[in-house]
Parts: sequence; structure tokens; C-alpha cells
Amino acid sequence: MDPVVLFFILGVIAKLAKSDLRLPDAMYEALSIYLLLAIGIKGGVELAQQPLATVLPQALAAMAMGAAIPFLLYPILHRLGRLPKADSASIAAHYGSVSVVTFAVALSYLIKQRIESESYMPLMVAVMEAPGIIAGIVLARRAMQGKASGAPVNSRWGQLAHEVVFGKSVLLLLGGLVIGTIAGPQGIEPIEPVFIGMFKGVLALFLLEMGLVAGARIGDLKRAGLFLIAFGIAAPLVLGVLGAVVGHLVGLSLGGTAIMATLAASASYIAAPTAMRIAVPEANPALSIGVALGVTFPFNITLGIPLYLQYARWITA
Amino acid sequence: MNEHPKKLLVIIVEAALEKALIRDARQFGAHGYTISEVRGGGDGGQREAAWEADRSIEMKVICDAAVAARLAEHVLQAYAPNYAVTMFTTDVGVFRPQKF
Repeated sequence: MDPVVLFFILGVIAKLAKSDLRLPDAMYEALSIYLLLAIGIKGGVELAQQPLATVLPQALAAMAMGAAIPFLLYPILHRLGRLPKADSASIAAHYGSVSVVTFAVALSYLIKQRIESESYMPLMVAVMEAPGIIAGIVLARRAMQGKASGAPVNSRWGQLAHEVVFGKSVLLLLGGLVIGTIAGPQGIEPIEPVFIGMFKGVLALFLLEMGLVAGARIGDLKRAGLFLIAFGIAAPLVLGVLGAVVGHLVGLSLGGTAIMATLAASASYIAAPTAMRIAVPEANPALSIGVALGVTFPFNITLGIPLYLQYARWITA
Repeated sequence: MNEHPKKLLVIIVEAALEKALIRDARQFGAHGYTISEVRGGGDGGQREAAWEADRSIEMKVICDAAVAARLAEHVLQAYAPNYAVTMFTTDVGVFRPQKF
């Protein structure tokens, strides 16, 4: 097992054992900014050498997939899971969007397995962040028409778009991509020891923190019930297949297809919770965050990612 | 020095509401506000400020009693049904009444 995953498990154990371990808030913030920028820069350096004709259709396919996922999940959550409309839309949006840290763990797993992937994949993460969230909001608005919405005044579309596009995850990922593209390999060389050399160690520290956070959500699961726990494992398993098929169809390599499967299977916990809290206040955040962070995230980084690589092997064979 | 009576309205909410609350406070006639990040818990669970969606803020507004009442009523109506809201007022004395 990748040592970064062991850091995650250590964090979960610390939380469950009620340890007093707590990383300072500023540290969480600093680590997440570092990771987003580092991922962006790494992708940007290589992006400059890619023909737009290759990258553009792949990015569009990734966005379309992100937008489609909530529409697939909503009926399952609402009809099969008998969850309220607002909760169904909110949970669906979390899965339509993506988890940057799951992506980082997948990259590190592929490197350990010595499998190459398209180095511009961070672009896919950046473009897949928003479509799922927007689709989830559309679903919620459509489902709750007529019912007085408790959304605060700032949930107008323009402002929501601003929250998502200029929210720190998309801003830093895209910012890093642009910096990497402009600077190129030579320009990045002086900052390489920090942004590339230290990446794995910082990811490990961040996962320790994520273990603490995920461990704290386990209590939410009792309220979420069996259906949501099963959903948190079944959804990524099925969405991973979708991602692998899309990745293969748009011509990604074995590694790239495995990453696309991972992105499809991952659920957002940075951009989506904040956006959904503002846009769909009726939804109970304990349910969506509990299942995304308490079930799907741990599942993906431990068992999911090796499986998605297997999906990619089957489909490219 | 002369003390002038004012109301201190304290609103503790999820950090997602920060921008909306600042706008509301201005709109209802508050001249200023102070916001700090806080941690806490209640019947709905704990909020430990461990990551983005887990943050809470405390907003302090010193203003006239009428402004505090209008702002509080708006917060109760607009946010309390769906968000974790803790709110209270207390009487305070200020030295420069024109500032509040």
C-alpha cells in the first residue's frame, strides 16, 4: 500500500481513538493551496507541448461526463433511496464534481506502478469541478419549483458561477496550469524542489489531516443509514466504469484512462459542499458530506484506485 | 468619558453565509461589523473548522436597537430554517456613538 494511504489511516485511527491530534487550521489551508498549485504547475509544464486538437475534445468529454453524472444519480437517490429532492440533488452534485486529493493519490499510485499517464490530466480535474455542481443545482431548482426556496439572496446564477470559478480549487488549479504553461520546464526549474520534489511528502501530511476529517464524519453515517453507505461504495464502482469507457473513447492512454475512471468515481468535498450549501440550503450537508467523505473518499484511495486501473486494463486490452 | 447605550448583536453561523450576512448587515443599516472564525457544537453535531465546509463564523455588530432587531428578524427568517444559527443581543456602552 502507498505510504500516503497509511497516513490517511493513521488520521482516521487518531480521530476514532479520540486523540487530541489536531493540525492547525492554517496548516490545512496552506497544504491544500500547495497541493492545488503543485498539481496545476506540473500539468501546465506539459500542456504547452500538447496540440489543442487532442486536448480540447478530451476536456469537453470530461465536462460532459461531469454534468451527466448527477442526472444519472438523482433518480437512484430520490426513488430508490427515498431521499428528499434537495438531498438527492445535493449528493448527486458532489459525485458529479471531483476530488482533487483522490486525483493526487491516483497519480502517485500510477507512478509507483510505473504507469505513464497524460501529464496534462490536471486540466481535466479543473474542468470537471464545476459542471457537476451546476447540474446538481439545476436538478434541485427543477425538483423544488413552486416550493419556497430558503436560498439566500446570493444564490443567483452569476454569483454562484463566481463562487465556483473563482473558488480556490479551480482558481489555483487553473492558475498553476497557466503558470506552468508560460514558464515551461526551464522556468519551473528553480521552484521545482518545492513544487515537485516535496509533493509526495506534503500529500502524505494532507492525507493525515483528511483522515482526521473523514474520521469525524463517521458519526454522520449512522444518521445517513444503510442505503447511503451502500450508495457510497456502489456509485464509484459504477461511475468508474463510465469514466474508463469515456477515457478510452477519447483516446487516453492506460494511465490516463485509469485517472479518468478515478475522476468519475470521486466525489468533491471542497467546491461542492460550499456551493450546494448556498444554492440548496434545504439539503442536509451531513448526508452529502458524510457519504462523500466518510465512505467514498476512503474507499477510493484504499481499494478504488487499484480497481480503476484494472478497469482501464480491461477496456484497453 | 460619556458612555452611550447601543446593542451588540452576535450571530454565530456557518461560514458559507459570511458574504450574505455582510451584505445584510450593511443593508439593514449597520455601520460596521467584526467577524472571527470559531468552533463549536450543538444538537446538530460539532463544527470543528477542520476544513472548508466545516467552518463557522461569529459576527459582531454594534448598532442601534432598531437596526439590531430588524437584522435579527431577517436572519431568523432567511437563514435559521436551514442553517445552524445562534444569535443573541446584549446592551453595550460605546464612547463614539456616531461610529455605530
